Amino acid sequence: MSGASTVLYDAPGPKARMRNIIYTILFAAVLAAVAAWVIITLSNLAELAPSKWKPFVTENVWTTFLLPGLWQTLKAAGLSLVIALPVGAILGLGRLSDHVWIRWPSAIIVEFFRAIPVLLLMVFAKAIFVAANVGSADNRPLLAVVTGLVLYNGAVLAEVFRAGVLSLPRGQTEASLAIGLRKGQYMTMILLPQALTVMLPAIVSQLVVIVKDTALGSQLTIAFPELLASARTITANYGNTVATYTVIALIYIAVDLVLIFLAGRSERWMRTRRGGGKGGQRGALATTGVMAETEMGVPVVDQEMLPGGKAPMAGRFSRLRFVLNNP
Amino acid sequence: MNFDFLSDPQYDILGAFLVTIELTILAAIGSLIWGTILAGMRVSPVPIMRWFGTVYVNVFRNAPLTVLIVATSVVLSDTLGLRLAARGSSTFIADNSFRLAVLGFIVYTSTFVCEAIRSGINTVPPGQAEAARAIGLTFSQNLRLIVLPQALRSVIVPLASVLIALTKNTTVAASIGVAEAALLMSTMVENESNALVSVFVVFAFGFILLTLPVGLLLGALAKKLAVRR
Repeated sequence: MSGASTVLYDAPGPKARMRNIIYTILFAAVLAAVAAWVIITLSNLAELAPSKWKPFVTENVWTTFLLPGLWQTLKAAGLSLVIALPVGAILGLGRLSDHVWIRWPSAIIVEFFRAIPVLLLMVFAKAIFVAANVGSADNRPLLAVVTGLVLYNGAVLAEVFRAGVLSLPRGQTEASLAIGLRKGQYMTMILLPQALTVMLPAIVSQLVVIVKDTALGSQLTIAFPELLASARTITANYGNTVATYTVIALIYIAVDLVLIFLAGRSERWMRTRRGGGKGGQRGALATTGVMAETEMGVPVVDQEMLPGGKAPMAGRFSRLRFVLNNP
Repeated sequence: MNFDFLSDPQYDILGAFLVTIELTILAAIGSLIWGTILAGMRVSPVPIMRWFGTVYVNVFRNAPLTVLIVATSVVLSDTLGLRLAARGSSTFIADNSFRLAVLGFIVYTSTFVCEAIRSGINTVPPGQAEAARAIGLTFSQNLRLIVLPQALRSVIVPLASVLIALTKNTTVAASIGVAEAALLMSTMVENESNALVSVFVVFAFGFILLTLPVGLLLGALAKKLAVRR
């Protein structure tokens, strides 16, 4: 670890080394005790029996339950992101409009949907679709899940867009005005394309939030057959609750870690692409100020600007900054 | 719009929101404590603690909250027999699922608290920690007396967003039958099909009422407590 953490303690002398060894042993003992308790409890209940885990190394469980569930999860997440992006762009630009009658409604819509739990939005959407007979009984759950996710994430992405546009240097706007572009023109032709690349990592990490939130679709009255819903059918067939939930949680974690990796990659790609490695526009464009926006639109202190947070921590914390946005 | 259901005695809307508030407060206290401990582990000089903190945060932050909450009920309680309430008590099921939900929220939310505090530690100028070391403070004294008090003040706003997210996340407890706002709304939406929109408006308003003051209040507090440098 670099940065603040090594500043926190000296290189250990004999006494500190002894203390660290004692702490290591104590902590390892506690971990081992917990692990032993878990293993003993599990094996007493025969949850570790090979018969309960074996289904997951056969093809059947994957092709019948897990992969169809995962496909539904990814489908709902992908659709939600694709629809939420333009919705977010419109709302975000709406908040930047010069006209009060566009700015205020956009602000109210954004703040409203950010304050409401996604689960409520999904339950409500499902009920409305049933009442108004929208869609068929088959695709209504998907519609409800996507509607809930689009409303919430559209509002979140609106803030990301707004922060992205605001993070661009003023010179961009001034140059556009100088060559005679109107506001609508320089917004769509100059600012938005640049903001999009700045926001790319934030958008990819918003996808992590969306993937996690699709799991709400199997709850209450929504009845969307996504990955978590397949747990019920698997445990009903094999009676292997512990194994099933472990495997399903691991699948979600794997998908999210891949997305986080991609977010980090896109950020690094942007940094090198914008910065050209020689400073230049770096300060304004590449230090993704957009990610420093929190849920309430108050900027978090940008780590890279601080004396304590040198470059080695930057990657880790820039990821953290936007993961923090939406626990 | 039809708001007749507000006077219907079978729907205890205030009671449901009270459960939401209870869940939020208990989970918030728990995750603040556990999250701070985790942050301490992640910056500690003991490698095994750092390792544990990293693995814990990466596992539980990336698992969907819904999976964790459902698992506390189906795996921990039903399968492994963990009981968080007295078996014979008349409110056993309600108490048990309420406490399991709080446990699930703490496990999940503490990872975000940990990361917020860790980023706060990074905002403390290195000179502070260096001066603390120079006067002979050990790592835990340094963290406890010098770094954390400054770090915590700089992360009030991020922690406020975590708290707001937690308030909204408590609705997930409905999936294991905790009688909070989302569960009540779900039943009301089934029964009051002629007043769908007004039911939603009431619950949406309830959540706005819960989250809006938290943001404003903690934002003001953050400004007041900010470390002037």
